[in-house]
Order: sequence, then C-alpha cells, then structure tokens
Amino acid sequence: MSVDAKARYAQSHEYARQEGDLVVVGISDHAQDELGDIVFVELKEAGKKLEKGQVFGTIESVKAASDLYMPLSGSIAEVNAGLQADPALVNREPYSGGWMIKIKPDAVKDLEALLDAKAYASLVGEE
Amino acid sequence: MAPFADYDMPISYPTGALEEHGITRRSVGLFDIDHMGQFEISGPSAESFVSRMVSARISDLRVPMSRYSLLLNEEGCVLDDLFVYRLPESWWIVVNASNREADLAWFKSKATADIKIDDRSDETYMIAVQGPRAIELLDAVATKPVSAAERFDWCRTEIGGVPILFGRTGYTGEDGGELFFPAEKALFLWEYLLKKGSEAGIETKAIGLAARDSLRFEAGMPLHGHEISPSINALEAGFKWACDFKKEFIGKAALEAIAARGPARKLVGLEVSGGVPREAYQVAEPQGRVVGRCVAGMFCPSVKKYAANAFVESALATPGTALKVIIRGQPKDATVVKRPLYIPAYRR
Repeated sequence: MSVDAKARYAQSHEYARQEGDLVVVGISDHAQDELGDIVFVELKEAGKKLEKGQVFGTIESVKAASDLYMPLSGSIAEVNAGLQADPALVNREPYSGGWMIKIKPDAVKDLEALLDAKAYASLVGEE
Repeated sequence: MAPFADYDMPISYPTGALEEHGITRRSVGLFDIDHMGQFEISGPSAESFVSRMVSARISDLRVPMSRYSLLLNEEGCVLDDLFVYRLPESWWIVVNASNREADLAWFKSKATADIKIDDRSDETYMIAVQGPRAIELLDAVATKPVSAAERFDWCRTEIGGVPILFGRTGYTGEDGGELFFPAEKALFLWEYLLKKGSEAGIETKAIGLAARDSLRFEAGMPLHGHEISPSINALEAGFKWACDFKKEFIGKAALEAIAARGPARKLVGLEVSGGVPREAYQVAEPQGRVVGRCVAGMFCPSVKKYAANAFVESALATPGTALKVIIRGQPKDATVVKRPLYIPAYRR
C-alpha cells in the first residue's frame, strides 16, 4: 500500500496535505484497500465549519459504511463533486483524483499534530 | 474468507466484488457452490411424494427437465427453495447448504416406507459456470455440447475426463449452468475450466460471495434467510407463481387462507437515493411511521442503482409509492419499483 510522502495522517486513516492556503483531505491507500470497492460517498457542503474529529462525510463500500473525520479544524472550501458519479475514484486514486474535501484550516500548524508519512507507514505496516 | 453455513468461503477474490460482478455479466464467472446439498429420491410412489412435498407442479416434468420450487411448512412458510430434476430412475433435489440437514430430516419425516432418500451431498461437487460466454466455454471442452440442453433442462456430458451432470440453470440472471460431478475431481475441474477459459481467450474468473449476492439480487432471485425464510410465507414473498394450487402440497391450505384475506405485508423493491440501503434498515412513510424493514440492499453494479428488497405493509406495495429508508439514523428517499431490476437472460 502506498503512502503519500507529502501528506500527514490521522489515526483514523484520513490524510491531510497542504496545498497553498488549503489542506486537501481524503483517505489513505491502506484505508481504501481495507474498505474494498467504494460504492457511495456523501460529503458535507462547502462553507461548513467543523472541529477536528467531527464527521465531514460518510463512505460506503460493498461490505461496510464508515464515517469520515476532520483531521483538523476548519471550514470546507471545496468538495469533490466527481465522487458522486464515480465513487471508485477513491479506490483508484486515493491521493489524487479521489480527494474528498479541501479545508481552509483554522491553523496550519495543526498539521503537526498528525502523523507524518513515515509514522503512518509504520502504523499500517504493523496492522 | 468468511464463515457461510459451516463452510469457509471467500467474500471476494483479489479481483474485487464489483469487477467479479462485471465479469459474470460480460463473460464467464466460476462459482464454487459445493456447499449446496443434493438428495436422490426414488421408489414406487416417489413422484407423488415429491409432488406433495414441494410447491411447484412436477407431475409434468419429463426427462430431461428440471424446475424451481419452494419447500413449505404447514403454515405456508418457506423452509427452503430448491431445484427438482427429473432423472430417468429418480428425482434429484438440490437444496441450500444452510438447510441441508433440516431439509433431509423434513423429507424423511414425511416419507412413506417405500420411499428411498439418499443424501448425495458429500460425494457430489457443484460448480456454477455463469455468463454470456459460459455455454461457449463449456461447449468447447465438453464431449457432448451443453448448448443442446434448453434452459432448465439437464444433460450428461464429460469435461476433462470427468463425468458431469449439467443443469442449464443458475443464480445470476445470465446464461450458463451448474455442474454436478464426483467430489474428488473438484480441484482438477476448477483449475481445468480456468485454464481452458484462458486458452480460449474467454475471460473466466472465480467469483466470491459478495458478487454472487449482487448478481442474484439484481436478477430478482431470493436468498434464504432474507427474502424467504420459515417466518415468511410464499405469497407475501411473491411466489404464487411457484405454487400449483391444482395439486396437494404441504402448506397449500395455509396459503389459500392467506390468499383469501390478502397478505398483510409484501416484498417490494425499493430504489433509494442518498446512501446504501442494507439488511435490517427500517422503511418508513415520509411522515415518519415505520411500515417495514429491508431484508437485503446494496449498490447494484449493472443497473447502477442503490436498491433494497423490503417487506412493507401491503397497501404501500404499489410501484411508484414514495417511502423512506432509514440509513444510519437518516431518512433517505425511496421509491417502490418493479422487480427484477435486471431482466434475466432467459426472459429476454
């Protein structure tokens, strides 16, 4: 399973990658593999303000449904509308085409509280 | 891998559930269905015995015909669904794995002294070969072509030196059949079919339980424990067509009483938006009153819809009725639709 070296990771397998003012959020390659074929993604709307740990959406695979958690506090700036028609993008391109939301973070330095790529790789390597 | 009726079976292979579903709809899927049970019933009064036990008409079955039927209890509820094959000297009954022992006990409990019931399950292996190219693949490797058997007919042939009883039936909505053969040849035949498919340039893959479920679901076929069960009667599940009310069969009187007053609930298809409906999710009226429950639900890869099968109050069972399915605490829009979502090959 691949790990995006430019991202940081929550214990719940969401990744957060800084791009300019915004932070791109999705789920890791490990997470999409565990879930299996993704068939549905529901995301809260742009403009929504959420705290770290709050639910920003739901992801459903053939076998299970799972909540998605904000890796850091902020407001949703953009939502990947392409996931409605093609939820399998999350399986195929978890770090690129399968991105879920872009957050305007309350504080960029909140990223430091997340695991770096190496620490996350160890976490999932051990599972 | 997951436990299924005391067997260890794969939910999906590395191919993945959605792709396995797609392969079966466009080419050939192989299904290891050995867990199913087979009984052979013979004796002077075997025909009238089998006719009393199962719901469907069988007295008109001649060699080489077979027919789908239900096995009902005295309440008209479904102990199992099964296939009845008319063999030259006996009746070949194919039942679900989870009900094999109960079914055998039920048949034996009702049999008169002249009836012989042999459990052939352990010595018989079963592989299903399903898909639009299934017959093409099997004809390429069989000594006698299986295409000679019409839908629901059986024939005997040989593949890779293994004697096969082939039934042109299936649980996917595609053409193809189910192969019955000696259990010791299982691994050989499985690998032989995969190899021959590859050599012939016919995309052939092993299919797991998740895809099996989405295939049968789209095609409107029931899964015991969901759309049919010992607490569900044949009429509310929509199986009047599988019951021959012109003959005597166990459960007939109960069904006639249910028919006279009308079933209180009915099995419907629901098309849902905003999430994936699943087994046990509640169905409600838009105003909130709970009116039913889903027995199965999923994303349907071929028709590209989110759908469920649910029992709802009969008055709400008309296609077009607007309802809600409660998905993880949220009511989501649902509409009653006609089943099946995907028209099986033999009905096109």
